[in-house]
Amino acid sequence: MAKVKKYLVLALVIFVAVITFIPFLWMVSASFMPTGASNTYPPKLFPEKFDFSHYQILFSRLNLSRYLLNSIIISLGATFFSLFLNSMGGYAFAKFRFAKKESLFKFLLSSMIIPGQVTMLPVFLLLKNMGLINTYWAIIVPGMASIFGIFLIRQYAFSIPDSMIEAAKMDGATELQIYLKVILPLCKPILVTLGLFTFMGTWNDFLWPLIVMTDSNMYTLPVALANLSSEHVQDTEMLMAGSVITIVPVLIVFLALQKYYIKGIMMGSVKE
Amino acid sequence: MLNKTKLSAIILFLGPSLLIIALFFFMPVIAAFAMSFTDFDIYALGNLDYLRFVAFKNYSTLLSDPLFWTAIKNTFYFVMVGGPLSVAASLAAAVLLNSKFIRFKGVFRLIYFLPVVTTHVAVSIVWRYIYHPRFGLLNYLLGFIGIGPVDWLGDPNWSMPAIILLVVWKNFGYNMVIFIAGLQNIPEELYEAASIEGASAWQQFKHITIPQLAPTTLFISVITMIGYFQLFAEPYVMTQGGPLNSTLSIVLYMYQEGFRWWNIGYSTALAFMLTVIILIGTSIQFKLQKERNG
Repeated sequence: MAKVKKYLVLALVIFVAVITFIPFLWMVSASFMPTGASNTYPPKLFPEKFDFSHYQILFSRLNLSRYLLNSIIISLGATFFSLFLNSMGGYAFAKFRFAKKESLFKFLLSSMIIPGQVTMLPVFLLLKNMGLINTYWAIIVPGMASIFGIFLIRQYAFSIPDSMIEAAKMDGATELQIYLKVILPLCKPILVTLGLFTFMGTWNDFLWPLIVMTDSNMYTLPVALANLSSEHVQDTEMLMAGSVITIVPVLIVFLALQKYYIKGIMMGSVKE
Repeated sequence: MLNKTKLSAIILFLGPSLLIIALFFFMPVIAAFAMSFTDFDIYALGNLDYLRFVAFKNYSTLLSDPLFWTAIKNTFYFVMVGGPLSVAASLAAAVLLNSKFIRFKGVFRLIYFLPVVTTHVAVSIVWRYIYHPRFGLLNYLLGFIGIGPVDWLGDPNWSMPAIILLVVWKNFGYNMVIFIAGLQNIPEELYEAASIEGASAWQQFKHITIPQLAPTTLFISVITMIGYFQLFAEPYVMTQGGPLNSTLSIVLYMYQEGFRWWNIGYSTALAFMLTVIILIGTSIQFKLQKERNG
């Protein structure tokens, strides 16, 4: 009986894994099929011969290297700034002592229930007035600080013993020196987590870049891909190649640092 | 205990992040609220002299706008069906992976998690072809169990189920990770005691696992619901809201009104309707949970 159950569970686990994985498998193999080969019946899971031409066309004729570059610059830029601003804010909320600190933080947390879409039009108009539409800053600047980011750092910074900060003060360190020399090194794991969240969130985001990048030279990969998919509906293989290029960088980053990502989910789901 | 912090340090450390949050979140929320009472449109965009206060006109127009009700209906369909399905799939996957029979748990967890980290737009495009009525993988597989070809994205009755299926596939890994942690926090003795008393696996699941996971489930349900009310990329890429507006979501309608037709006042009113709906939905979930705990 136990044996039957064991194989049943195992079969189920493998079945779910196969279902989860098949779309990726099909995406990659269709991207290597000659034009039209993926639109056949019955559908093929593997290419009969490998054709790299879709990747070549994407990079030569369809400007994909530019979009890739845009995505990399924007995602790295947003990550860099958000790490600094959020870590300073999160540390201050964890360790500084000033009046109304807790109520200010509670107010920030409770406002997270307001969906971000509410702010889209005013932020767009603001950025337009600042002349930032169709620049990298249009995506980087609004993402430089987030309530979630501050929350994440704060949770982690609580675990730093006050005595370490005390000792640094005794040695005559300024607040800024304490932050740079004591806090940041101790916060390394959570900084990796927050950086990963920011990088992947920015990379995968679609709605905001769609709004602020109207010049096709400034498209990020998801916007370019969505655009391509409406202009080249028939070119299945090329769209699959484009999808592969969009997904692979973020997948590599995730696979390298997955431990930190899972930790971040856990920390984000602890309730006070 | 640390001493009171100097004001200059508070400003230096909190100033930048709070400034950004104020400038790009709180002020825009207030501005959007104000705009929702104006007729801000493409003419006002060119010259603010055309801007007029219209009180509740945007809101009353919305209530008599059939497309608004279509978007509400579609979004509720998505949230009410897709939300519970997602949570159930996550829980099932978590229980499965938590089984003592399974080895290489890390590998399976990783595979289950892959869709979560991939780009919405890219997977939506991939699934558009998986759903292809003639050449798609899904219809091919369904053919083996005798289910005739379904025009997933072309039939208004199937378009929303198709989007729900994609989203469940994409998201179940995220909540699964949280559920696994919740499962590991349930004391083993509870199950041992139940086994001794002869409780079946299903009874144990119902009377131990589910109640013990209740706080986790509430958290996951609320987060999932809030996220699902904001459905956008999938219908934008796969169906553009069609066929026959069967996948037009609130945010997609908001985007079209705001950024395609520049009916800014109208679009911000829509945004606040969404906020109110999310607030009501969240408080209902908390209330239900409280009642259950009696």
